[in-house]
Amino acid sequence: MEITSSSNSEPERERAGNISETERWGSLIAGGAMILTGLSQRSLRGALLAVAGGGLAYHGATADKSLPDRAIEATGLDKPIRVEKTVAIQNKSPEELYRFWRNFENLPAFMKHLKSVTVLDERRSHWVADAPLDNAVEWDAVIASDRENQLITWMSVEGSQVEHSGLIRFRALPHGRGTEVKMVIEYSVPGGQLTSAIAKLFGESPEQQIGEDLRRFKMLMEAGEIATTEGQPTGQR
Amino acid sequence: MKAVCWQGTRKIEVENVPEPTILNPRDAIVKITTTAICGSDLHLYNGYNPTMQKGDILGHEFMGEVVAVGRAVSRVKLGDRVVVPFTISCGACFFCQQDLWSLCDNSNPNAWMPEKAMGHSPSGLFGYSHLTGGYAGGQAEYARVPFADVGLFPIPEGLTDEQVVFLTDIFPTGYMAAENCHIQPGDTIAIWGCGPVGQFAIRSAFLLGAERVIAIDRVSERLQMAKAGGAEILNYEEVEVGEALNEMTAGRGPDAVIDAVGMEAHGMGLEGFFDKAMQAVKLETDRPNVLRQAIVACRKGGTVSVPGVYTGFIDKVPIGALMNKGLTLKTGQTHVHRYFQPLIERIQKGEIDPSFIITHRLPLEEAARGYEIFDAKKENCIKVVLKPGMTSDSRGVALPSSVTP
Repeated sequence: MEITSSSNSEPERERAGNISETERWGSLIAGGAMILTGLSQRSLRGALLAVAGGGLAYHGATADKSLPDRAIEATGLDKPIRVEKTVAIQNKSPEELYRFWRNFENLPAFMKHLKSVTVLDERRSHWVADAPLDNAVEWDAVIASDRENQLITWMSVEGSQVEHSGLIRFRALPHGRGTEVKMVIEYSVPGGQLTSAIAKLFGESPEQQIGEDLRRFKMLMEAGEIATTEGQPTGQR
Repeated sequence: MKAVCWQGTRKIEVENVPEPTILNPRDAIVKITTTAICGSDLHLYNGYNPTMQKGDILGHEFMGEVVAVGRAVSRVKLGDRVVVPFTISCGACFFCQQDLWSLCDNSNPNAWMPEKAMGHSPSGLFGYSHLTGGYAGGQAEYARVPFADVGLFPIPEGLTDEQVVFLTDIFPTGYMAAENCHIQPGDTIAIWGCGPVGQFAIRSAFLLGAERVIAIDRVSERLQMAKAGGAEILNYEEVEVGEALNEMTAGRGPDAVIDAVGMEAHGMGLEGFFDKAMQAVKLETDRPNVLRQAIVACRKGGTVSVPGVYTGFIDKVPIGALMNKGLTLKTGQTHVHRYFQPLIERIQKGEIDPSFIITHRLPLEEAARGYEIFDAKKENCIKVVLKPGMTSDSRGVALPSSVTP
């Protein structure tokens, strides 16, 4: 079932401006499938933007780049962090996993860099990520696509400090092999200085750290807790 | 509390460290009554594992009494006398549910490390480097045990520590090595290495119905113990093992072979020199002499069982022999949880008393000496157990406040 109530989307309309609700949500079902097939090379945010904006040809969202942008791209400085991982989770149905994930306030339990997520309404949430020296990075995210027990996609609202988008998909595996969970997460910082800003958020190996989030999700769902040795005794280092 | 800490290659120190605390809801804290030094601890002692850090608490064969439990623990309770499998298993993942406990998906917080080297991560292990989780080990007065409902096995009345402590590792490891041989009536099993795992493999092979066991080593007291366990023995410094095995098995070769040595095998002659040179320039991390010999010696259609520890890469493994002779290769860290019940029943029935292996009983404080004599096989040492509180009068006193539930 598609959760696309329009009654609570008033603030979103203000931000998104000229895009009609019908257009926006009408493209979601096709868009959800397209996101997954089109993801391998291109940006998740571009895909979600296109879906959210109602235009399925999302290439348009990313294709129009200026020459300086291209130069930055060539040096790799503007490369967003994009992690795509799939795991099998034993003894949990797509329904149970979807239910847990759909409440974004649960995410900081396994996403290490997140300090908190506050759900504002059915589609909008406020995210706070930890940054060094007691700094925090904050943004609002909006659910772009929501298919109950199957798929959730979300992205930060336009003009956020950190452009963040995510996709999570749940699918039952045959013969009691659990549920396949696919996660795609993307972060970027608009306006350059990307590498250092993201590195501050995620440390030296952001791809790995984000990938570890999904492993922690699996641990939490299967074992009920996240394995750790933090705080255990050691001898003199 | 006192704990045995790795401080560098061949540098073991017993230090005062803080007591462990409950970190996760499924944790328990065990007050250790008996712990042991394992042959695979010697790989750490000798610096073969690059993911050791100064201060790491060693030890993965330990037992004791439950003194604290987390809020999600329900099947074990305070005061239970327990043994602790060296493999840490969540009990809920695909692998735990397939009875493949040492392959648990959820117990290694550093899973990314072995994933890079091996593709996937095995389970976390106690006191066995950061590659396998960096868990503090049990050569200490107290240890934290994750997933306590799965990883603690209460001991029935009437059995001593020394009879049951090896259910944590070497007994099930030797037993699984023998079980992996798929022993049929009349079978002859050849076992390289008569250290503790080799000794248990010998006795387990007989328990599982082997007709003959041929044990290979060069240390005389180990060979004597193997003989006492019913094995025929070969000293590889005195005979050419492959020829001898063929002679003893009417030219057919042993039905199954067990490599209970692993990566620190001692090569002979040119082959040994080759491996040492390869290791010196880091082109090879493990020495495969025994594995090579075992594959070549095994009869056609037989099984090669490898309980010996390997951690990295080896060179010049006779894959041609493995393939053309139709051999089956069976390996793996021990699925310890799988063997507790059947093996404790065998102990209760008197079919085996695992304490036969112990040659040295030392206070925890003398761990460094224990490592030294075990490694050098001095003083006829085959197996060392350490007893926290053996010399001090701390036994029976109130718990330190930090581990009180």
